[in-house]
Amino acid sequence: MKLELRNITKRFGTLVANDDISLTLKPGEIHSLLGENGAGKSTLMNVLYGLLQPDEGEILIDEKPVKFYGPGDAMAAGIGMVHQHFMLIPVFTVAENVVLGHEPTGKIGNLDLNAARKLVKEISDRFGFDIDPDAKVQDLPVGAQQRVEIIKSLARNAKALVLDEPTAVLTPQETDELMDIMRGLAKSGTSIIFITHKLREVQQVADRITVIRQGKVVASPSPKASASELASLMVGREVDLDVKRKPVKIGAETLVVKELTVLDDRQHQMVDGVTFSVHDGEVLAIAGVQGNGQTELAEAILGLRKIHSGSIEVAGQDVTKSSVREVLEAGLGYIPEDRKKDGLVGEFSIAENLMLDGSFGAPFAKGVQVDFAKRDEIAEKLIQEFDIRTPSAQTLAKQLSGGNQQKVVVARELGRELKVLVASQPTRGVDVGSIEFIHEQIISARDAGKALLIISTELDEVLALADRIAVMYRGRIVGIVDSKTTREKLGKMMAGIAA
Amino acid sequence: MSKIEVTPGMFSKAETKPSLKAPITMLASALMVLVFFGFLGKAGNITYVWSDKREVVQLPVYTVNSMFFCIVLGALLLAIGGISLVINLQKKRTPFWLIAIFGFIAMMALLGWLATGAIQGVQMIFILSNTLVLAIPLILGGMAGLMSERVGVVNIAIEGQLLTGAFVSAVVSTMTGNLYLGLVAAMIASGLVSMVLASLAIKYLVDQIIIGVLLNVLVIGVTNFLHSAWLDNDSAHLNFPGTFDKIAIPFLSDLPILGQVLFNNRITVYLMFLIVPVLWYILFRTKLGLRARAVGEHPLAADTVGINVGRTRFWWVTIGGMVAGLGGAALTIGNVGSFGREMSGGQGFIALAVVILGRWQPIYVTLSALLFGFTIILRVWANQVSPGIPVDFITMVPYLVTLVAVAGFAGKVRPPAASGQPYEKG
Repeated sequence: MKLELRNITKRFGTLVANDDISLTLKPGEIHSLLGENGAGKSTLMNVLYGLLQPDEGEILIDEKPVKFYGPGDAMAAGIGMVHQHFMLIPVFTVAENVVLGHEPTGKIGNLDLNAARKLVKEISDRFGFDIDPDAKVQDLPVGAQQRVEIIKSLARNAKALVLDEPTAVLTPQETDELMDIMRGLAKSGTSIIFITHKLREVQQVADRITVIRQGKVVASPSPKASASELASLMVGREVDLDVKRKPVKIGAETLVVKELTVLDDRQHQMVDGVTFSVHDGEVLAIAGVQGNGQTELAEAILGLRKIHSGSIEVAGQDVTKSSVREVLEAGLGYIPEDRKKDGLVGEFSIAENLMLDGSFGAPFAKGVQVDFAKRDEIAEKLIQEFDIRTPSAQTLAKQLSGGNQQKVVVARELGRELKVLVASQPTRGVDVGSIEFIHEQIISARDAGKALLIISTELDEVLALADRIAVMYRGRIVGIVDSKTTREKLGKMMAGIAA
Repeated sequence: MSKIEVTPGMFSKAETKPSLKAPITMLASALMVLVFFGFLGKAGNITYVWSDKREVVQLPVYTVNSMFFCIVLGALLLAIGGISLVINLQKKRTPFWLIAIFGFIAMMALLGWLATGAIQGVQMIFILSNTLVLAIPLILGGMAGLMSERVGVVNIAIEGQLLTGAFVSAVVSTMTGNLYLGLVAAMIASGLVSMVLASLAIKYLVDQIIIGVLLNVLVIGVTNFLHSAWLDNDSAHLNFPGTFDKIAIPFLSDLPILGQVLFNNRITVYLMFLIVPVLWYILFRTKLGLRARAVGEHPLAADTVGINVGRTRFWWVTIGGMVAGLGGAALTIGNVGSFGREMSGGQGFIALAVVILGRWQPIYVTLSALLFGFTIILRVWANQVSPGIPVDFITMVPYLVTLVAVAGFAGKVRPPAASGQPYEKG
């Protein structure tokens, strides 16, 4: 099947998410769509999948124009999509998820789950997936869930498969396995659109590359192009992702976590007897694939989540049972992993967001009243210092770009007297310019002698920032290693294999 | 290299003690039975009557001494509570059948204590069959709530739907002289009320709770107005439908105890017998059910496989409303025989609780509704057999039973993940 997107334009209000984008996909090829977060990749794919209607342009299959009014139409035309956030129902079994929407039925309209199991088994065997059709999806590891998504598309005879940032949730080993699966699929005639912002993967697997920047196609480099070439095309200028830093001068242990165990509501030990400490003047990075207990660890340290057993100490003070406010007052700063949900109030102005954790007293409040003049003065200062690109301090936080929103959070946390900073995914969904800036800020806080705990699922980020690296797997720390450790070894640790 | 040890599944399970709620609740209630019904109980005899006079098979009547019998039952309950505690200490959960046996014995003690010295004795057939009849609106209301929550719409308007069904069935039946027409009209009318909820919630994304509350207030107001301004003037021609005749199913209705309770009933009861298992089958064994549950768990995922989320929600909520309409009809032409102001009396709200207690499963919801039905008849019956007991205490018992059931035994519940969340296409 030959698939073509011709002159697609999609606008949201004044924002042009896709500006006259054209793209072709030949049978059996892996076409990589490369671009930064917010470049318009996902919008384009949602147009292709019928979730959005284009304002201009058309989709052609085998030279014939088609119109998709919903995902059902796209699927019927042979397009399958593996979304970044899986579209699986956690409480259903694999078989139920795979057949949902095109269920095999018996004589009286009853579900024929045996046929469904057979279908899963057959596809699973054909590509060597090793998936149990009767397993509940919520009990499967993420890598297996992704394979269920692929099976789901193949079960509908998808001829073209869109993989949207498929490696974000995978260990390096699982990523390699996925690359093999992609090559296998391509060989059997399935064409693949591979959306990513990771250059290494593009170089590994792509037959063709299209780079998108700010909603426009900027280049179609050869798959042999170098990483720095691809990076500068993607960002639009020369990029230097190496962070310069001085040799580490280690001080006292400021954050001490001992035998920490944290449960989720199903009584699973999301953090399982974790012990580590962070010294002044060092960055300890927690690496690991998403969903291995990092979120719970960060929330437990801040006091957002109940601690089952173990202890936490901040600057010599036991905060195991402390409230969030007490932890903050002990000198801890916190950058949450989801800035839109936990980091900012979108409907508040930047100035208001910058005083969120200091609303109890000086300098932001006089008695019960907010000191507006002081608030705005501090806001202006932080906007300058942290290079927040905004029309004014009174602009609503939700109107900023992802990168600038994140800078607001970073400015708020680093803008006050801190002893420890806990940062979860400090640069997720942020443009490369902001990544560089935020990394510089983190390192300068380290050089100023603060203790930093960085939690990141991006190995590149971990390697760029860390003095020491702790790898988390299924709630436990597999090992704590120094920053010279190879990618390969870290990858193995991320899959639970201790050194 | 060695793989880090982790139990199968994603994360290892914490070693947590099972909750002590069940054993403590059991032991406390056992002590209450022993002390209040036994040692401090009433002198006199209890008569347990297991058969109706009209029945073919007559079971013998048991007469026992009240204090002695309640002490025996209390001791038994203590023993069961003890077993539960032992099970708990072995870090296991108290099995459901043990709780059921406990509940049955405790119920016998309560009934016996209430009826001590009463001439008519403990009339089991009367109690059980009325439990069933009174539970019908709750069960059908519960099914309505379940159908709509399973697809992700919270239906607070069950109360209004029951009341609509009750009103329309009474009026239409009287005017046409045909009870079946009344039944159908009730379903249509309540279906329409539900349709308002469905379309406002799904199409216009109005807050589901607010619409539900508004619909309830609206229906109560309209029926009250019509009742006083219209029905009261000529109730013989407008609000005097009578009830369905009881249909005894041949042979089955001759079974001892169960025969009279289950198989000598009005059509509304038999319809419930049909609706609950059919709904269970559709929900868990057909593609319609699979799709409905998918919509209630993860609407976006359902949308991406081509399921029309809005349409699915609309029809499940609407048909749920029709089932609630049937429940409303069961109040009038299935039981009382005429419409009274606000006669649903909060049962729509109890139905909401029943859905949660029954964990969104048709069979469990039915069982929970029966428990509530029992508490309603208990209040009525206790007043007859035991006039000495303060009315306030008897009125309290149903809520006490409910509280114990919910707090003591119902574990943590997980509603459909997208329940109450509007779905908007990007």
